[in-house]
Amino acid sequence: MQRNDDFTKRRTILGALTDEQLKNRFWELAETIVAPMIAVAKSHTSPSIERSVLMRMGFSSAESKEIVNRCLEHNLLGKGAGHCILKLAELRNCDYSAAGALLAVGDGWTELQAVWRKGNN
Amino acid sequence: MTVGPSFKQYGGRGIIEMKLKANEKLDVEQLLEGLENYRPKRRGWHWRKKTPNAKIGPFVFKQMSENLEQSIPLPAAKYFDGIDPQPDCCITTEIASGRFEDDIRRMRMAAWHGADHIMVIRTAGQSHFDGLIEGSPEGIGGVPITRKQLRASRKALDLIEEEVGREINFHSYISGVAGPEMAVLQGEEGVNGAHQDPQYNVLYRNINMLRSFVDAAEAKTIMTAYDMAQIDGAHNANATARQAWKVMPELMVQHAINSMFSAKIGMKKENICLSTVPPTAPPAPCMSLDLPYAVALRDLFDEYKMRAQMNTKYMESCTREVTVTHTLNALLSRMTSADIQSTITPDEGRNVPWHYNNINGVNTAKQTLVGTDSLMDYISLNRDGELGEKIRELKERAILYMEEIIATGGYFTAVQNGFFVDSGFYPERNGDGIIRNIAGGIGANTIVERDSDYLAPVCNHFGQNNLPNGISHACDLIGGCTFEKPEKIVFVDEIDENDNVNIRMTEASKESKLGLLRPEVQWQNDGLVSMTMFLPTAERIAEFGAMEIAQRLGLLDVEVINKQVMHPAEGTLIELKGKVPFAIDPSQLTIPPLPKIISENEIRAYAAEHQLKVVAGTVGQDEHSVGLLEILDIKHGGIEGFGIKYSYLGTSVPVNKLIDAAIEEGADAVLISTIISHSDVHRDNMRKIDQYAREKGVRDKLIIVAGGTQVTNEIAIDSGMDAGFGRGTKGIHVASCLVEKLRSK
Repeated sequence: MQRNDDFTKRRTILGALTDEQLKNRFWELAETIVAPMIAVAKSHTSPSIERSVLMRMGFSSAESKEIVNRCLEHNLLGKGAGHCILKLAELRNCDYSAAGALLAVGDGWTELQAVWRKGNN
Repeated sequence: MTVGPSFKQYGGRGIIEMKLKANEKLDVEQLLEGLENYRPKRRGWHWRKKTPNAKIGPFVFKQMSENLEQSIPLPAAKYFDGIDPQPDCCITTEIASGRFEDDIRRMRMAAWHGADHIMVIRTAGQSHFDGLIEGSPEGIGGVPITRKQLRASRKALDLIEEEVGREINFHSYISGVAGPEMAVLQGEEGVNGAHQDPQYNVLYRNINMLRSFVDAAEAKTIMTAYDMAQIDGAHNANATARQAWKVMPELMVQHAINSMFSAKIGMKKENICLSTVPPTAPPAPCMSLDLPYAVALRDLFDEYKMRAQMNTKYMESCTREVTVTHTLNALLSRMTSADIQSTITPDEGRNVPWHYNNINGVNTAKQTLVGTDSLMDYISLNRDGELGEKIRELKERAILYMEEIIATGGYFTAVQNGFFVDSGFYPERNGDGIIRNIAGGIGANTIVERDSDYLAPVCNHFGQNNLPNGISHACDLIGGCTFEKPEKIVFVDEIDENDNVNIRMTEASKESKLGLLRPEVQWQNDGLVSMTMFLPTAERIAEFGAMEIAQRLGLLDVEVINKQVMHPAEGTLIELKGKVPFAIDPSQLTIPPLPKIISENEIRAYAAEHQLKVVAGTVGQDEHSVGLLEILDIKHGGIEGFGIKYSYLGTSVPVNKLIDAAIEEGADAVLISTIISHSDVHRDNMRKIDQYAREKGVRDKLIIVAGGTQVTNEIAIDSGMDAGFGRGTKGIHVASCLVEKLRSK
């Protein structure tokens, strides 16, 4: 878009505001602009977020990458990668680090899919 | 110094076995030992402890912070009892050699000059790497940020902060497509501050905007938990726009978006720093543009912190020009405010920054901030006139900008419509902004909607998280996450057997281990030196002539790094760099011992008590008087300044006359100045004066000292003198010698 500087015309309403009102207006607008970004961040996750969760659970960066890639392949990222690990640990009755190691090599994913398909949370 | 309150949280594994000594180099090999078990000793950002109205040396300062325990002051500090006042804001240095083992030594040098914010630049391309890098590969224009690199650097900084006596903030980048993992990594490894701004990803790295904002929310939550300071990325608009001063309204909008987004995530406002750069530089009338902008920004963002960056856009390879621009930038910080004063090396326009230019950058900031201490108690900004009008106009333009973002459908639509980094002065539009598509860019279509039973069993996690009944603290599900149990962190050492620190150091330290020495600017033993020469000819001839001269001097890989025309025909200044093709053996050097120096006060007391007096003159057929007068005269720091009286008999004085005068005036010493001649006249003159003094029976009473540009103590003593002084001698050296010799009589 090309447009000449029409600041004088546009500013008419702002001209009546005090400095304090101007500042309040500035921050209200900022709040309005970021609200949709906050909302999308609350309701979504990403491969990097899930890898960061696994690292915090004590998995290495390489294991985290492996598990999250497989989680994506099996369409289970929406459950949370850490959730997948805890669920498998529960199903196999093992500790969660062992469950993570299994998932990293591709074991257990179909089991998880089956459990969640049944609607078992 | 104090250790952060969270020290105990780390389970006491922060014990440091190494200790640095000022006269020993930091042993990087030793630093790397036991790295797998090392834990940083504290978390979070550290602001300097301000000391309003502090008495430092003979002065009272209003805008300083606690002194360092060990530091190197500005050169002129010697005239002020060696004081090294530390400004109240943090001072940054950006380090980017590409090898962390070399970065570490530079960090130490910078800390000794007053840097307490060490920003390590990432290697080119890492922001597009979807995951983490491990090990210690070499980088380009920066280092690959890895756990090993961070841990070794933090360990070094933990030692260096003990050495200088002030906490040092370590800083990196939490941007790109691996932001949340980077945030975890950096928090775990004791990084204290980071750049984090999803707009940077979108505009300059072409990373998908949805992915950028979703990741940023998590990354900021983690940074908040670790109490890290955040610096935004708005300054990049300044560096990218064709006419940087026209993007000022947009810069305020970008700052507002990241600041508000971060505050909504839960980050403390005092940890949210705006990265702000004075948009212009001379020969633009920069103050009239930069000052209204700086004030408008601080008016609107008074709850946030200011990281004042120096201008990087309008710089060439002339380090003098860059230094003046940076001085003006720091002056602007004083006239408004700065919580962090960042510095850019003055050689950024000519080299990958060199060791000593990091120090030069830090000193430019320190010198300016110290020199302008309490400036605003003496002057004030006149907001009634043009300044006030411009401030108001900038704020209004920014508000109109945000109103149009909302009217057009919000941020994402605005970006798709090329709103940002347009070169027009908003609301002017030139149609050359950066356009990004919401479905495009790196990492497009990779965010996933969380299911209603989504779960992440860790704390410091942003957004919807469905914890099982009875669980209020997410990581109770796993017996604690790494935030609470750092012992769960997995340390990965090396992955690439050919590209790692051990291989590099084995090669680079071969010569050092043999005790050999080479010049260095960036990497251990890189051999680089620079050379300055003026050639009385036109630019092109001077450039190629200078390279020929450097090559004939034996330098390798010669490159001109700066040229400046003094006159189109009369001459050109050339600065070039090249590699020295040999190493030297310091053990083979003949280094004369330093002259003994007695303190000025001690000399004054002795001179007053004994009414010291000397007779002086230049002997032989020598009309030079400058050197001797500098040793005598109070104005040049001569012996007169210590209360020693002198009679100066002039130039070409016969030696007999000097001794006769000394006897007549009851002098304690005779100082003669002489130049070295091929015919050994200088030695003859020394022997003659010695002989004449003996004949007169006063040799035992008189101290006779000779000086001259090529005189050495050895030559002088050999010729019958009590002492000799050569080039670089100051009054205090001669005065110390006189007092010492007289005391031993």
